[in-house]
Amino acid sequence: MELLECKQLSKEFDQKQILKNINLKIPRGKIIGLLGKNGAGKTTLIKLINDLLVPTSGEVLIHGEKPNVNSKKIISYLPERTYLDKSMTISQVFDYFEDFYDNFDRKKAEQLLNDLKLQLTTRISKMSKGMQEKLQLILVMSREAELYILDEPLGGVDPATRDYILDTILSNFKEGSSVIISTHLISDIERILDEVIFMNEGQIVLTSSADELRNKEKASIDEIFRRCFKC
Amino acid sequence: MNYVFDNERPIYVQLVEMLRIEIASGTLKKGERIPSVRELALMARVNPNTMQKALAELEDEKLVYTERTNGKFVTNDEKLLKQVKQELAKQQVSHYLEGMKQLGINQEEAIQYLQELGGK
Repeated sequence: MELLECKQLSKEFDQKQILKNINLKIPRGKIIGLLGKNGAGKTTLIKLINDLLVPTSGEVLIHGEKPNVNSKKIISYLPERTYLDKSMTISQVFDYFEDFYDNFDRKKAEQLLNDLKLQLTTRISKMSKGMQEKLQLILVMSREAELYILDEPLGGVDPATRDYILDTILSNFKEGSSVIISTHLISDIERILDEVIFMNEGQIVLTSSADELRNKEKASIDEIFRRCFKC
Repeated sequence: MNYVFDNERPIYVQLVEMLRIEIASGTLKKGERIPSVRELALMARVNPNTMQKALAELEDEKLVYTERTNGKFVTNDEKLLKQVKQELAKQQVSHYLEGMKQLGINQEEAIQYLQELGGK
């Protein structure tokens, strides 16, 4: 059974077609880059997978089933925008996640937090933007999920934070689980990708193994992407 | 070892090259157990799948072997290690000579440069 499959998935907003006939299979045990310019449809696709939008046509299947209570346990999702209540302390956020998700590993989260030298009593509002991004990643990666979906985890962070984020993804990437990372900042992240998916204007235009593509085109994924979508 | 990658070539190929040098130079010692795929991947900050592929390639080259329950080890085959080291050395020399040729320096002069600088 496929971990995740999209079948002829389309989405329209106000009669404007945002996603056109997406067919996609996500295997287990891979780190996959969902790459596309702003407005290519990456976030819409991710929201459909997470059951936050309803498809106009086609379907999303997780373990062969349409999104349901069960699939929310399978997928751990990092949205593009923060949703944390800024007045909460880190400890309260952990309580909240523990209540919500059976598979939240609080010990692991506390350990990761410790590495950042953050205190459980710190309020979110007192943390820098970079720290808030790291905290959200900790929350998402501390769940024992099968599929991690990270929507633009590197947006607007400094190089040191970027390295922290990549390391955290790698060290928490377990055998048999998969990670989908959506981004337009390809050069920062391409080193850790097994597979790449190029999206443009609501369609998937290419899927390939990252190393095979480099070998074939004798160029970096970033360079190949730029060539493909020259403005 | 500092792992810096060129994004224009397959990462696993670069890992094979780096690990081959570590083995030939003795940084990874003959017969020594090498860290797990996971540990190595974290050290190099690459995907464990990519590291796995690189190690499989080194196993094909017989530079690394797997003991069923104990993990992976560097080969004990001294002849092979010597041979690999020689090949890498030859590559370095031809690389050097190629660079000198581009500067319009012939082999004889190139060797002189080597002797002068190497003597220091």
